[in-house]
Amino acid sequence: MSPEERRLDGNAAAGLLYEVFGTEITAAPETCANCRTTRPMGAAHVYADAPGVVIRCPACEGMLICIVRVGDRLLVDLSGIGGLELLVEPDSI
Amino acid sequence: MQGTEAFRRPPSIRWRTAALLGRVTETSSAATLELDLADWSGHTAGQHVDVRLTAEDGYQAQRSYSIASAPGEPRLRITVERLEDGEVSPYLVEVMEPGDVMEVRGPIGGWFVWRTRDGGPLLLIGGGSGLVPLMSMVRHRSTTGSDLPARLLLSAKTEADILYRDELDELADRDPGLDVRATLTRSAPQGWDGYDRRVDREMLEEIAWPPQRHAHTFVCGPTGFVETVAEALVDLGHDPERIRAERFGPTGGGST
Repeated sequence: MSPEERRLDGNAAAGLLYEVFGTEITAAPETCANCRTTRPMGAAHVYADAPGVVIRCPACEGMLICIVRVGDRLLVDLSGIGGLELLVEPDSI
Repeated sequence: MQGTEAFRRPPSIRWRTAALLGRVTETSSAATLELDLADWSGHTAGQHVDVRLTAEDGYQAQRSYSIASAPGEPRLRITVERLEDGEVSPYLVEVMEPGDVMEVRGPIGGWFVWRTRDGGPLLLIGGGSGLVPLMSMVRHRSTTGSDLPARLLLSAKTEADILYRDELDELADRDPGLDVRATLTRSAPQGWDGYDRRVDREMLEEIAWPPQRHAHTFVCGPTGFVETVAEALVDLGHDPERIRAERFGPTGGGST
């Protein structure tokens, strides 16, 4: 099956990303470390049928995030993320 | 990591127990489940929940299902399509009895969402059960009394596979701002006045708002369906940044 047929959207990983970041993150703009394109995380491409979940840049298909669940741990590779913009509540920090 | 203890922190998103209150058959393969969730905080149209089932031997299966009900409705409803060979959906659609429980976490997602305050016009394109999150948006628009112009194109295999048909007909009849169109991809009955082919560029050109209207566009369905629709819309001059997509995966159910 071609990558295009297996593809999901950032939304499909929203629950998992919530576990990792502790907050909703699919509306947050992320910048790809490879091509520097900035798009909301929800517009990223997700491949969930690998041993882990791989999130790729919708512009260059470079890997943004890879998350593998091993027992009671999440192993997270964030090396493809070149930037992330989060909205904070005015009084939260 | 070897030699280090993983950082422990409280769970950021909680699994909660939900009892099935009732189930309504929508089509021969889909049902809407009404869930009883204590302290449900409400949701935004377009969001989903994760559902987890645990077998007696401890085996767990987890899937995502779109919320079908409008924000503010007293009960949370999800519509589930039964997939052949599915691990979770046949149980939810056919086996589960009222009072039985599952684990639910959510609402989840902040990208594929629409609130009336986001404005319009609205273009909703759903393939199969991809209609579910779009229906939450249509219901939200209706329950808030919004007159933002909205167009919905739904694609189903046959007439009998159309979800929420009576409700959509009724809403479109009394609301001039809502335009509902359907296409049937496998077989259309005699006298069918909708489309009878797969969604294509020509159909989208007829139904979509002109690109300069900058419609809020939501496309949901099997991966191939979403790819085709999104590509055709961009080809017709629509701004890719205005198109939000939710792909279900190759099977058309995404969540088995």
